[in-house]
Amino acid sequence: MSSETSVTTVIKGARILGGEPADILIDGGVIAAVGPDLSGEATVEAAGLIALPGLVDLHTHLREPGREDAETVESGTRAAALGGFTAVHAMANTSPVADTAGVVEQVWRLGLAAGHCDVQPVGAVTEGLGGERLAELGAMADSAARVRVFSDDGRCVSDAVLMRRALEYVKAFDGVVAQHAQEPRLTEGAQMNEGAVSGRLGLTGWPAVAEEAIIARDCLLAAHVGSRLHVCHVSTAGSVEIIRWAKSKGWNVTAEVTPHHLLLTDDLVEDSPVGAYNPIYKVNPPLRTRADVEALRAALADGTIDVVATDHAPHPVEDKETEWAAAAMGMIGLETALAVVQEAMVETGLLDWAGVAERMSYAPARIGRLSGHGRPLEAGSPANITLYDPSVRAQVDPSSYASKSRNTPYEGRSLPGRVVATFLRGRPTVLDGKLA
Amino acid sequence: MRRHLISAADLSRDDALLILDTADELAKISERSIKKLPTLRGRTVVNLFFEDSTRTRISFEAAAKRLSADVINFSAKGSSVSKGESLKDTALTLEAMGADAVVIRHGASGAPHRLAGWVRGSVVNAGDGTHEHPTQALLDAFTMRRRLGPLDGRRVTIVGDVLHSRVARSNVLLLATLGAEVTLVAPPTLLPVSVGSWPCAVSYDLDAVLPKSDVVMMLRVQRERMNAAFFPTEREYSRRYGLDRDRVAKMHDDAIVMHPGPMNRGMEIAAEVADSPRSTIVEQVANGVTTRMAVLYLLLGGANLGGEDL
Repeated sequence: MSSETSVTTVIKGARILGGEPADILIDGGVIAAVGPDLSGEATVEAAGLIALPGLVDLHTHLREPGREDAETVESGTRAAALGGFTAVHAMANTSPVADTAGVVEQVWRLGLAAGHCDVQPVGAVTEGLGGERLAELGAMADSAARVRVFSDDGRCVSDAVLMRRALEYVKAFDGVVAQHAQEPRLTEGAQMNEGAVSGRLGLTGWPAVAEEAIIARDCLLAAHVGSRLHVCHVSTAGSVEIIRWAKSKGWNVTAEVTPHHLLLTDDLVEDSPVGAYNPIYKVNPPLRTRADVEALRAALADGTIDVVATDHAPHPVEDKETEWAAAAMGMIGLETALAVVQEAMVETGLLDWAGVAERMSYAPARIGRLSGHGRPLEAGSPANITLYDPSVRAQVDPSSYASKSRNTPYEGRSLPGRVVATFLRGRPTVLDGKLA
Repeated sequence: MRRHLISAADLSRDDALLILDTADELAKISERSIKKLPTLRGRTVVNLFFEDSTRTRISFEAAAKRLSADVINFSAKGSSVSKGESLKDTALTLEAMGADAVVIRHGASGAPHRLAGWVRGSVVNAGDGTHEHPTQALLDAFTMRRRLGPLDGRRVTIVGDVLHSRVARSNVLLLATLGAEVTLVAPPTLLPVSVGSWPCAVSYDLDAVLPKSDVVMMLRVQRERMNAAFFPTEREYSRRYGLDRDRVAKMHDDAIVMHPGPMNRGMEIAAEVADSPRSTIVEQVANGVTTRMAVLYLLLGGANLGGEDL
């Protein structure tokens, strides 16, 4: 199989969004035709596979520059391609922080050079994520990286005035502020969800109200200044209610949920096959309760939550093989995202594959203003395509992952599905489940 | 019994009673002039202390030595740990030295659980962060039993900073296992939000609970809580939750007063109460050695003392 886009390729017999089998003809990086009995110079057999628009992640930590021991743009985008993604938003909490045009352009160029998927840098809201002065948001927006999403993710823009100014300022270039909602005073030293498990384990609680209070404030601020707000990694049932209320007012608020918050609960910290207090389950925001998981699933199904975003957060093994309080927060997720969504949302009947396409491709591309992604699989669209086999099920094997890090919470579990192929503007980045 | 003692929840009622009965037998040895048993000769017990706690460390050290074990004291201060060595590397070092038991005190909740995954020997939790301190609960139960007899139906009131107390967590679990009725008394700020799911009752009113209590256990209030808005002032805390002479007068004649130490005299407990005949505070220290002997004996030695020459 050639990787030249000048060759026409036909994908045979794929079920587009889970519908009836059809052929997809790719020519020059664009979908030329969709229909029965198409032919091209190269053929990809896709009988039984589902075709989805290339997935878009609004929330990825690629760690470069600064923590190349945990992940690089190269390794992280390999993982993304293998997970079915054709674009990822690289979060700004690198070292140095992506708070200038120079750093976002560096990350953007590293993505271009790697070539496994498009890397869209996110810019920091405040200088050095310090929460005190706005970063040069306009310079990042005007740079070659064309930044539209701004976030201090990892930290909350907790100062209400600074948040208001950021929301107002980014209107000038159609930007959006993606808030990591965490009231800092309520979460000093916080280790896990505050509830029955944290009480028993003697771990400092991260109360739901610390997320919900910031989301409520930010929704009101966004409404007041007429700007766009995106809420990162929503984790509680209360947050869902607040976002539902804000949307009912017609305010321009969007939200994401991570795969792990759709599947895992805080009792894993106390009782799991890998032992109590295993920091593989330490993540921010923390794993919550079963009731929260149910509310998040319902919210993703009814559209209150717009997007699944991975919050892929690689950490080297020594940052997890420690006592709980000393461990880093975060989980990798690019290579398991679609599988977890299948398990939590599709197999439960909450979403069909068209719904998955909306929440993992169309909506994140819309929020990130990525015009070349999240387009329907029809003639004229860029040929960003993910072929997925939902019929298989396998044990999670972290040693097989392309990510440099191994901090997956799913080791030892079985998960459904397999990404068989990923096409980026007609060029296969993954074929037969392997990097092309 | 299991291989480790990490949480009081690890102990069934039979396990707990076996430890207490064994401690009763071992207490007889402490009354002799020669206080030593040969049981653990040739076995190595490591005291791995990441937090300063001279009381607990010497209690475990005395317990192991009275059973003839070789004792290695590993203090984190001034060691490779203070140079950045990880808990895992420390564990692998102890493993290479052939430790049969590791007694660990650590500032992080759950550190003994992690350690147990990296060593083959028994792990005994000597206090982990704000989680548990199971041998303290065992010595407390042992002390109560000596004063009051079987604990079934006995009413135990635990007063103070439950939120941050590993002593309270272990005591609630163990006392529930042993059939006692526990009531926690504290300002609401010093109780976990989920305390309603614990196997005990909760009250904010010490004066209402005292007349019904067979045991009143006062918890130490850490100095650092005083600047974090858990309560307005030291004096207000002392007025509402301190055990002074007037409050003790409300207790029935046989009721006892306990404190795990170290005490803030004049804060959570008045000096005259701490030194009164109701107080078991000095007995608790002595009983600590005996109870820890029983724990080490049962984890490393045998199922019962039948074959020993006591």
